[in-house]
Amino acid sequence: MQVRAENISKNYASMAALDDVSLTVQSGELVALLGPSGSGKTTLLRTIAGLETPDSGVVYFNDRDAAESRIQDRGVGFVFQHYALFKHMRVMDNIAFGLRARRKNKPKEADIKNKVMELLDLVQLSGLEKRFPSQLSGGQRQRVALARALAIEPSVLLLDEPFGALDARVRKDLRRWLREIHERTGHTTLFVTHDQEEALELADRVVVMSKGKIEQSATPDEIYDTPATPFVFSFIGESSVIPVVVGNGRATLDERLIDLQVGNLPDGPAQLFLRPEDVAMVTDGGPGIPGLVVSTRRIGGNRRVTMECGLARHRIEFDAPAEVPIANSQRLQVRIIGGRVYGAGEEGYETEKLAASATSDFKWAKAEGWLDR
Amino acid sequence: MSEVKAPAARRQKQAIGEGPLTRAALLGVALVFLGLMLIAPLLVVFVEAFSRGFGVYIDALAMPDTMSALQLTLLVAAIAVPANLVFGVAAAWAIAKFDFKGKSFLLTLIDLPFAVSPVVSGLVFVLLFGANSALGPVLDDMGIKILFAVPGIVIATIFITFPFIARELIPLMQQQGSSEEEAAVSLGAGGWRTFFLVTLPNVKWGLLYGVLLCNARAMGEFGAVSVVSGHIRGMTNTLPLHIEILYNDNKAAAAFAVASLLAMLALITLAVKTLLEARFAGSLAAQRRH
Ligand SMILES: Nc1ncnc2c1ncn2[C@@H]1O[C@H](COP(=O)(O)OP(=O)(O)O)[C@@H](O)[C@H]1O
Ligand SMILES: [Mg+2]
Repeated sequence: MQVRAENISKNYASMAALDDVSLTVQSGELVALLGPSGSGKTTLLRTIAGLETPDSGVVYFNDRDAAESRIQDRGVGFVFQHYALFKHMRVMDNIAFGLRARRKNKPKEADIKNKVMELLDLVQLSGLEKRFPSQLSGGQRQRVALARALAIEPSVLLLDEPFGALDARVRKDLRRWLREIHERTGHTTLFVTHDQEEALELADRVVVMSKGKIEQSATPDEIYDTPATPFVFSFIGESSVIPVVVGNGRATLDERLIDLQVGNLPDGPAQLFLRPEDVAMVTDGGPGIPGLVVSTRRIGGNRRVTMECGLARHRIEFDAPAEVPIANSQRLQVRIIGGRVYGAGEEGYETEKLAASATSDFKWAKAEGWLDR
Repeated sequence: MSEVKAPAARRQKQAIGEGPLTRAALLGVALVFLGLMLIAPLLVVFVEAFSRGFGVYIDALAMPDTMSALQLTLLVAAIAVPANLVFGVAAAWAIAKFDFKGKSFLLTLIDLPFAVSPVVSGLVFVLLFGANSALGPVLDDMGIKILFAVPGIVIATIFITFPFIARELIPLMQQQGSSEEEAAVSLGAGGWRTFFLVTLPNVKWGLLYGVLLCNARAMGEFGAVSVVSGHIRGMTNTLPLHIEILYNDNKAAAAFAVASLLAMLALITLAVKTLLEARFAGSLAAQRRH
């Protein structure tokens, strides 16, 4: 079943939770809705399920206006953020609820039992069918919620932050397991997350949202490699931002040329977004941007170095091999080998990494003359 | 018990700064007050009821007027409680699960019977249905008698006891939110099915508690019922009205004998309520754990 949301707007007390959002999920596709808290992900998901009525816009299920059918008949499997299991029912009755609620071709009780056992097996909870939700762990409850939604053989599966309330280990396991279930059952699936790692790992396609709008909708590779907006760049992965000046199709930092194509940006101030791998330390004495090391920390086999560079002491981060000794306050040269330049008018995602360096313990005096090399 | 609690008490003393003397005094005041205002009257009811012996007690209860008052009281409760069960659940459901204009006004309205003196409530119905009202002659023509008859007593009782069930359910339903209902609906369940299989089981203990309180008040209501009933012996006297009449006739022992019936009802209600509360607390805790 293809799901298409067209020009959906939804306002809460004059604040736009969704602002003219359009989204298509192809049949059998696994799509992640990614965005920071409050960006409208839940509202969009609930609108598709019919739990929320949009102020304007239409939701189509296979070219049929979903508003024409009742919520009950949409055939949407919804997994709620906090599971919303029926507290007073045993696991088996929770899972059987949708089958028993059927009006047309309601299965026989024996068939319902079989189906429930099948689903319990699928979500790896066999043997727990007699438990009450309060007797299960968070991860187990999550799986009951999924089994309950799958029981009605939904045309679309919608999951709101399915792993949000779980600890990191359980999340990783459940993530892999959800992907397997999707491959086995082939349901059209849309899931919400604020965790970019989860979205990139799990989804066929990632839809990035911010402030009630869709910023980009693309494959995980495209999202990471060619972020359409500064917001997407800074929301996905690690990033540093430094202001640059664009002129003649080239970017300069403090009048030093940076070897980057900037496309067709107009001349004037712009912002250079960098990932750690876009910056390399100069070890051969060649030209580079000088800077001063502020701090270092170990990340796996590498050392993540935070460096201040340029007249305004902008912070950038890059990785250096762990075996290269780098100390705080050490002077370094780096070369920019990647990154993207966006016009100055466009907004990025505020993170602490982008905080002004005025609060740093940088000792300006030590850097005397460092721009002259 | 005080020895067991000693370390905790010492800590408490530090925290609040009260000496053991102050605590003993406070406890004493509370106990004396409780004994004087609650326990003594209750004891007096039973002592007075049996003051002329067991025979008089039984006779007072077996009097035809007592029997008819008991019947009427049970009848009124049997109508008022189910009616308020429906109204209360509907009102609580609407307030807790939906957003609409005038919600806070409706909430205030529900509290009205608590805020208004019962006598005033009774008078309101006299004004509404009385011979001098706009409705009075119309009802008279149709041969419907409301005032000084059973319907009036039922209406006044429903009015007085309306808040008990709604007030019990609203906070409970609000705390539970609507996500379980949303889950049920998205799984294909219709409104009734969702209500009976999901909403109701989640509030059943609170509901039972509300019904008990509502019932106790429905059987014990005096003020409003007194105004609308007309005090016709054997016809429109409920137990509380009957007690007053017996007392005014200088039949104190009989009055207290009938009063002991109501008092026992109150005690049973309290006992059931305590049992429920223990049960209720357990299920609430389980829900919170969830
Ligand atoms: N029922 C509501 N009433 C008022 N504002 C709401 C309501 N639901 C959501 N919002 C607002 O809409 C915006 C989007 O919310 P939501 O869709 O829940 O975001 P997300 O799921 O991405 O965190 C938020 O700013 C939130 O405060
Ligand atoms: Mg959300």
